[in-house]
Amino acid sequence: MPALLEAKGLHAAYGETKVLHGIDFSVEEGGVTALLGANGAGKTTTLRAICGMVRTQGELILGGESISGMATEDVVRRGVAHVPDGRGTFMELTVEENMRLGAYIRRDRGAVDKDFDWLFGYFPRLKERFRQQAGTLSGGEQQMLAITRALLLRPRLLLLDEPSFGLAPLIVKEIFNILRRIRDEEKVSMLLVEQNASLALAFAEDAYLLETGRIVVSGKAADIGKDESIRRSYLGY
Amino acid sequence: MEGLIHQIISGIATGGIYASVSLALVMIYQATHHINFAQGEMATFSTYITLTFINMGMPYWAAFFLGVAVSFGIGVAIERILIRPMGNAPILSAVGVFVGLLLVINSLSGWFFDYTIKQFPSPFPDQALLGGYISGHQLGSTGVTLGVLVAVYLFFRHTSLGLAMRAAALNPVSARLVGVRVGWMLALGWGLAAAIGSVAGCMVAPVVFLDPNMMAGILLYAFAGALLGGIDSPLGAVLGGFAVGVIENLGGAYLVGTELKLTMALVIIVSVLTVRPSGLLGRTVQSRV
Repeated sequence: MPALLEAKGLHAAYGETKVLHGIDFSVEEGGVTALLGANGAGKTTTLRAICGMVRTQGELILGGESISGMATEDVVRRGVAHVPDGRGTFMELTVEENMRLGAYIRRDRGAVDKDFDWLFGYFPRLKERFRQQAGTLSGGEQQMLAITRALLLRPRLLLLDEPSFGLAPLIVKEIFNILRRIRDEEKVSMLLVEQNASLALAFAEDAYLLETGRIVVSGKAADIGKDESIRRSYLGY
Repeated sequence: MEGLIHQIISGIATGGIYASVSLALVMIYQATHHINFAQGEMATFSTYITLTFINMGMPYWAAFFLGVAVSFGIGVAIERILIRPMGNAPILSAVGVFVGLLLVINSLSGWFFDYTIKQFPSPFPDQALLGGYISGHQLGSTGVTLGVLVAVYLFFRHTSLGLAMRAAALNPVSARLVGVRVGWMLALGWGLAAAIGSVAGCMVAPVVFLDPNMMAGILLYAFAGALLGGIDSPLGAVLGGFAVGVIENLGGAYLVGTELKLTMALVIIVSVLTVRPSGLLGRTVQSRV
């Protein structure tokens, strides 16, 4: 089966500063692929490149269609949802409004309301905070809101940028348990960026290791997790 | 006492005009963080367009709504053609463009429609109402203004497009990630502001008569209203606009006389900026350095 997302020779730059130097990777349908690496390796930039948020060169193919150079709004319309770093909460709006925005491009209003209930099943706390201003939520709750907003798109591909960032270990565990359930129950394909390598490798099937804009290791997540030399030299645990 | 009530009521009537122009200013400010100095001239130009339709023999309300629609289109076009290419230009360039726009539209008004003062018809009956406290036009224009404000509120609170426009103004990056076409939302904001300006122009023109500089003073009052209410708060702008209308009228009647009324606007602007720059309902923005 062909991959859902395929990148070939992907370059990306912020103005004059080149961040990605021609990387190849793919995300399998229904699977979780992890993108690991240290600070500044280009993980976040890779996600931004997929969404057309930075200038890119090279090929990006989503479900057989080229999305290279496409505007963010159009990539989103092809079913790519992005949980951005910093969570991207609309602080001044209510939780409900944040969720409505997640479903902005959908026209099936009735189904969206059902999806609200579906997602409250995973994140009951958002239901309690439904009418509250999103800026008053805790970090963990905002992360849950970001994931909810992304899932309301009913995406084919979910991009997750460090969902564990800045959260207490217990909350991180809770969020990853939910992500695991969503993967198993809804078969959403995910591309996960993480600094917490052991967490990501336990969750993903495939993994790529980025170092200063190049892929240095790729393979099955389980194999990479077991390989002591990779672990020591790149993952630091 | 009767005189006082009379002044307050006519203050509310003119305040309604200021409130709608304030609201137009705030809408563009929220989206772009710029004050559109040309807002008043755009409204004047729109009023001329409506007058042209009326002179062509159209019924008043048909001309009115057609004028609003054309103004909406002009607003969108200005954003697309003039404002958008400025993108990330420094603030002084933006101010320059807005001042230029003001002068260009003002001259276009004079060129197309000449500089003589024109009468503008009122769609409302010319008679005193409510025991002589308020004229038909005052009551009618206040009603129209309130109608516009309620419609704008409902649009932003209860429609998906209104929500998308707010999202685009608050957090453009996140808005794009849920599929909002942020560039078009800005254009739409300009269109709405121009349309609101058109309504305000048509409501004030029967009172002050139509000439290319008709809105110059009104823009100043509207700006005072927007600042008083808080430049980033639409509700504040509306309340501020009404408040300025009443303050202006009372001040003119009992304090400084009609000749010096316009200075009241400047006094309000300076007082707000020195005492409470965020306005009554505005948020204080803190940024880390």
